[in-house]
Order: sequence, then C-alpha cells, then structure tokens
Amino acid sequence: MSDIRPPVSTRSDPSAPVLRISDLGVSFATDAGAVRAVDGVTLSVRRGEVLAIVGESGSGKTVTAKTILGLLPETAVSNGAVILSSRDGASSNNVIALSGKQLRQVRGSDVSMVFQEPSTALNPVYTVGWQIMEGIRAHGTVSRADARTKAIEILGRVGIPDPEVRVNYYPHQFSGGQKQRVVIAMALVLEPGLIVADEPTTALDVTVQAEILDLLRRCRDEFGTAIVLITHNMGVVADLADRVAVMYQGKVVEEADAATLFGSPQNEYTQKLLAAVPYVGQGVVRAAARAEARTREWSAQAPVVVADNLRIQYPGRFARPGFVAVDGVSFAIRPGEVLGLVGESGSGKTTIGRAIAGLTRVTDGSLSVLGHEMNGFSERKFKPLRSQIGFVFQDPASSFNPLLTIAECVAEPLVVHGRADSPRAARARVDELLEAVQLPRAFGDRYPHELSGGQRQRASLARALALEPALLIADEPTSALDVSVQARVLELFAELQREFGFAALFISHDLAVVDILADRIAVLYHGRLVEEGTGAEVLGAPADPYTRRLLASLPVPDPAAQAIRREELAKLRAAE
Amino acid sequence: MSSTDATFLKPARPALFARLPIVHQLRQSVGLQRGMLVAGLLVTSLFLLTAILAPVIAPYGYSQLRDTAGLFGAQQPPGGAHLLGTTVGGYDVLSRVLWGAQTALFVIIVAVVLSLFAGVLLGLVSGYFGGWLDRVLVVVCDAVYAFPSLLLAIVMSIVISGGKSDLVGGVMAAAISITVVFIPQYFRVIRAETVRIKAEAYVESARVLGASNLRIMFRHVLRNATRTLPLIFTLNASEAILTLAGLGFLGFGIEPTEASEWGYDLNKALSDVTSGIWWTALFPGLAIVLVVLGITLVGESLNDLADPRLRGRRAVGASSGLVAETSVVPGGTLDAGPGGLDGLETPAHPPVHPGDDSEATR
Repeated sequence: MSDIRPPVSTRSDPSAPVLRISDLGVSFATDAGAVRAVDGVTLSVRRGEVLAIVGESGSGKTVTAKTILGLLPETAVSNGAVILSSRDGASSNNVIALSGKQLRQVRGSDVSMVFQEPSTALNPVYTVGWQIMEGIRAHGTVSRADARTKAIEILGRVGIPDPEVRVNYYPHQFSGGQKQRVVIAMALVLEPGLIVADEPTTALDVTVQAEILDLLRRCRDEFGTAIVLITHNMGVVADLADRVAVMYQGKVVEEADAATLFGSPQNEYTQKLLAAVPYVGQGVVRAAARAEARTREWSAQAPVVVADNLRIQYPGRFARPGFVAVDGVSFAIRPGEVLGLVGESGSGKTTIGRAIAGLTRVTDGSLSVLGHEMNGFSERKFKPLRSQIGFVFQDPASSFNPLLTIAECVAEPLVVHGRADSPRAARARVDELLEAVQLPRAFGDRYPHELSGGQRQRASLARALALEPALLIADEPTSALDVSVQARVLELFAELQREFGFAALFISHDLAVVDILADRIAVLYHGRLVEEGTGAEVLGAPADPYTRRLLASLPVPDPAAQAIRREELAKLRAAE
Repeated sequence: MSSTDATFLKPARPALFARLPIVHQLRQSVGLQRGMLVAGLLVTSLFLLTAILAPVIAPYGYSQLRDTAGLFGAQQPPGGAHLLGTTVGGYDVLSRVLWGAQTALFVIIVAVVLSLFAGVLLGLVSGYFGGWLDRVLVVVCDAVYAFPSLLLAIVMSIVISGGKSDLVGGVMAAAISITVVFIPQYFRVIRAETVRIKAEAYVESARVLGASNLRIMFRHVLRNATRTLPLIFTLNASEAILTLAGLGFLGFGIEPTEASEWGYDLNKALSDVTSGIWWTALFPGLAIVLVVLGITLVGESLNDLADPRLRGRRAVGASSGLVAETSVVPGGTLDAGPGGLDGLETPAHPPVHPGDDSEATR
C-alpha cells in the first residue's frame, strides 16, 4: 500500500505528532466572490490525544476538520500543509497534495470520520455489518468471512450487545445512540491513528451523549486513537478533551490544555465564550426573588393554561395503534409565570406546546387555554383568542417568510387581527417592538436572510409580542443558536418577561437553559410528566430517577468538576 | 480582538438592473453555462424580434400569391424575387417563415398563460387543503399524463374549432389543446411546493397568529412556490411550438389564408422532398428547430443556474478572498440593558449597505 504513496518525510519516530497542520488556508468560490473560511491555522495532534476545536458556527472548525480527510467540496481551494502520519509512524502524507486514489488509501486506514447525524451517515438499505465490511474490504484483500469476524468483533468492542446477531441488523433497527456506536465502530475498524469527530453528540439526547462520550474516551484509552473533536458544546469539551483550540473568524485565537483553558483563559473571546455557557443553578436566586415578589392574590388567580390528564395520540396506519405522544399529563401555568418543560427528543414536549397553540388536536383529557377548552376545539371559536397567544419557533431561519421584510413579518399579527390596515400603517408600532427586542429600527427594512440567527430570533420574539399576549409559547428558541448568542437571547427573554409580564411555556432539552428562565420546571419522559416543581426543588433535590440521571448526564464546562460528575453518573447507572 | 480589525466581507446589494431576472443570471454565469445562456437568449430574441417585426421585414404577405408582376408561380427555386423560393401552393417561403414566427408566439403566449393560471390555482388549492379534492385532482392529472398529448390535442382541436380554422379559432384551438396537456405540469409543481411550504415554520407561525386560509395561501405560500415556474415556462414554450407544428403537420392547423404556420407548410412540402425540391421543407423545419433549441437552451441554463450545486463559479486563487464576518457578536458577548442599543449592533461594523440610501439616512 505504501508504495503508491509519495512519502513527504519518512520517519519512524513514534512520538511524532499524528497530525500537523501548518499555516492552513481555505478559500471558497461563492456567488459573491472568494470567501476565506480558514486563515493561517497551525495545529498539531499527538498520538492518543483528544484535541477539541471549539468555536461558533462559521468559525471554520468544520472546514478545518474536513481538510484533514480531503473532503472539501470542489469549490474550495486550500494552501498550507496538512501532514498526516500513519498509526505506526511509518509514512506521512500531505493530505492537500494527494491525488484521489491516494486519498482513498489514507481515509479509513490513517484517518476516519464520525459524523454528526448517525441516522444519515448510515445507508438504510444495507445491514450495518455489510457497511463495516465494505470499509475493511476497500483496504486490502480480506475474505468475506474474515471481514465479518472483524465486524462482529468491533461491534462488540463499541458496546453493541449480541454483536453476532446485530451484525445482520439494518440501521433503523438501532436506537440513535447505538447508531452512533456503529458509526464509531466503522471509524475504528481499520485502527486508524486519528479519528475526526464532527459534533458527534449534537444530534443525541443528553443521557445518550454521556454514553457516547464514554465510548470516545475508550477509543483513546483502549485503541490509542487520537481524536480531533469538533464541537460547540463546552461541557463536551471539558468532559473529553486533553487540549483545546478556540477558533474565531477562521483563525485559532487560543490553544491550551483543557485544564488551563477552562481555569485561566487568556484570550478575550475565550473568556466571553466561557462566561456565556449556561450552568445549572444560575436561575435559582432569580426565581426565588420572583416568587417572593408575588402577592397572595396571585395564587388565587385563574391559571392561563390548565392541562388535566391530557392525552395526545397521533393516528397510526391501517388499524395499527397510533403513537401516544403525551400520556396523562397534568399541569397549570398561572399568569405571569414561566413554566419550563424539559425532556429528550420524543418525550412529547413540543406536542404539548403545539396543542396549546391549536396546531395539534387533543385526543383525550382536558386542556384549557385562556378559559377555552381545546379538546374538540373549532378554529373559528378559538380565533379571537389567538391574539392572546404568542409563539416562538425553534428554527429562526425558517419561521420567517423569506419574501417579506422583517417589518412586514412583525406587522403580520397586527394586520391579521385588525389593529392596523397595512404593514405600512403598523410601522410605528413595529419600530417600538424592534427597539424592545434591541434591534435597530432600520433592520425592519431588511429581509430575513440578511439577519443573523440571533437577530432573527429576536425579531421572532418581537412578532410574538406584537399583540402583547397573555401567554407565550417558546419551543426550543435557542437550540439553533451559538452559545454566546443564546446567552443574549435568554437575557432578552427574561427582560421582556419582566417588562410585559406574560405567562410562558418554555420548552427546551437543556436543563441549564430552562433553569435560567423558569419559575417552575416540569420534566417529561416518554410522554409522562415525571417531576414538577420549582427550579430549586427539581434541580436541587430531584425525586425521580430519570431526572437524577438527566441532571447527572449534563456535562459542566469545568474538566475537574466534570471528572467527579462522571464518576457519580457511573455510580448512578450501576445502581439502576 | 485583533481579528475584528480586519476588513470583513459584507454582502452588498447590487443595483436594481443587475437584480432583474435574466440579467442577474447572465452576470452570475461563467464558462459553458454562460455560453449556453447567451446562445439561447440570442436565438430567442431573434425569434421575438421576427415575430414582432414580421409585417415590416417580410417581403410579402403570408397569403400573398401575386404581386404587380403577376403570380409568383409554384415551386420556384431560391433566388431573384423570392430569396428562399416559393411553395407548392405558390406562396413565398421566406415570408411564410417570418410570418410563422408570429403565429408561434401567439400560441405560446395564450397556451402558457392559460395553463399557468389554471395549473397554479388548482395546484395551490389542492396542495393547501388536501383531502378528497386533492386526491381527485391528482388522479385526473395522472390520467391526462397517461394520454398521448398529441392525440388529446387533436381531439381538443376538433371539439373547439369544429372544423373551422381561422386565425383566432386555429390559434385558440391549438393553445387550448396545449393548455389541457400542460395544466398537469404546473399543477404538479405548484402542488409539490405547496405541500412542502405548508409544513414550513413561517406558515405555522401565520396559522398561530390566526391568519385566514386565503391570506396564508396567497401571501405566504404562493409567492414562495413560484420559484421554478420560469423554468417550466421556457420548457413548455418549446413544447407548445412542437405541438402546434405537429397539429399543423397532421392537418389540424390553420389554413394558409388565415395565418402562416410552419407545421402546415411542412405537411404541404412532403411530396416535394422526394422530387428534389428542398427549400419548401428545409426553412420551416429549420425555424422550428431553431426556436425550440433557443428556448430550451434558456430554460436549461436557468435551471442549472438556479441550483447552487449545478452552478459553475469562477475559480479562486489559493488563500484569496477576505474572511467573512461570521461572528454574530463581534468580540464575543456584550452586556446591554433593555432598550440600550449602545454596544449592540453598532460597534465594529455599522450595518450599512453600500449604495442603500434608506440605511444611510438613519
């Protein structure tokens, strides 16, 4: 194999770094001309080391990672050097200068990749065993039987139970976390010296994330594989990384070992990035202060939303039973109160939010919104009440009509409910609203795509608040945003809530985010409400085992503290 | 921060002229794609000019058989008073070809406009409301698809014109029969887009606001669903010409005394070909091929340019270009009180588009 690779520098020094990137620059050809995505990046990864590259979206971290595998699209031009050594240090190549055939030899055997979304990284029409064997047989002549034995062995080592049987399973027969294990097995099977993991846990729930992080740690410790970890989650970095490189606007602004970086960040940007990371326990004082400020009469007020034994079922196909998304949930939201709804994907939290807004029908039980019963609701009767409800969607990119200006979008509720004749007539009110969400008035004349994610989400808040609603439903409003932007949007949300005094249902998968805003927190698990109480109660002394596990799985941005939490989680899991 | 001092790339909004549909694509394209688009545009504009200026540039009328010097004579070879010769019926070939462009343009406009309105409206209603109406319409459209389009066009032309074939009757017969065949295409495209857009968050957001169905359909869905229409428009235009020519060739076209029609001329030239009279068949045929080719080139180029994955771009040099301003918060998070705009969007990079007056006056 090595005879067709032109060795740039042949050395057999095992202490040499497995990857050396020097002065890497990548430019893309776009419709607006050349755009530089990576600018003079110099990095190195030692054998058996985890290097985390962190930064906000667009900082060039994924482009850097893709360069290591030579996976850049045709529109990209790169310069500099990316020297990749094989596992035994026998040969090293400059990835940028390799031909397509040489690149294929290097991929898989010297470096491999773990993708963000395991369900799209696996081909649904082949068994996972076939897909692992394909990688083995692409590198050297291995018989089917040998490749199969190897596939079974690697599946066992990444923690798939019954690998002899599961090797013949199709991807859809695995859960999300198991699929990511299979993807990692595919990356490990040829024992490469380096794995590039691009946001390997972003698509997974927190409890599953902890397990995958454990597995990646084992890759380093048991397989001796170096890992380049691309992530925006500082908790994940603290949990796994040995060294951290912080990227900002295409450059590496700081590089240090994990303990130093989290302990005493030198660069101003790093400091601000770390300060923006939410942590559990941030909101307890604020929530207590709010609770104290409330009078006795407040608790006697009629709640804005009351759910009593609420059940929502999605219809199944052809005489099959439907999927029960929400199963016997009861809760209440009083005026001016923020209820945080937490749960992993598929727990039914979004369904509850949509049912309150009248987007999903209630199957059974009772859901009363502003005194209107939603079980068997009719759109015509509910319509007047819609002016009392604001909704903030998860993805700020798709929640605006791309052909209308921001001012027209924000004016839409005013026009629909007859408070203004045309978007033009509503402009004065729109300017007020934009100012309330801290956007310059001139942004009203821009189109949604001309705004950044955080700015769009603030405009989305402005639209939701246009009619001064009594109830605001926010469905994961910050999960599509970078950490630093998320902090700003959350701050703004808290400010506006104080100012306008609306009741809110705040839906999120992130306990730390919910904790900042919520007066009370409700935890959903498989459509059931397992725990409900104030932030101090739920996060301070969780009663339900699921809440405890959820809380323990949440990585904190501090390597030392995270090491202790990891052991606690292991104990908790062993006890179950 | 040192990096924030660098000049950042800001997408500037080009002038109005450069944003006009065809002009925008022409400036955007490079290499072969630009060649195809330019060639297509040249041929198509030639066709349009000919159609508009036919009365001026054609030496004779489309049904003219004689001038002051007497009858033209049948099957005269090219040269002299008749640059491209005369047909078996004694018409001037050049004049017939030039006038034929006008008929073709009429048919294209009527056919595409009719099918556009009907197809788009049906697709919008069908995709937005769904249910039994949607199912019935889809089945009907599939049935029309399954029918041979030319056969359908023949039946329609007989039903509509009832054997008469004056200019309006003939054009309408051809146009409506083409319309029937094309409606399913517009219907399908708009319906698919509507079904996709219906699930977008901005439509749900309008629903949460309590906007009426009509408002959602026309303000939020329709305007976003029309992106692919110019492509089908151009491709259908060339198909319309072919169908018209096919109808004329089979004898369901327009009488030569009412209008000039390429398909009819080709039909009449059938027997000439075997007797070595080439000019009566070649020129109308060439006209059909050129117009179809031109319009198809425009359509295909627009199609490629609309897709960022197919669109060619100028190659860039290594480490060229500026670092794009990707950071939302220059220099990290900033603290700002409610309503306090200081230090929010204004600091390092004031949000001013070059050449945008409304922003500059702020």
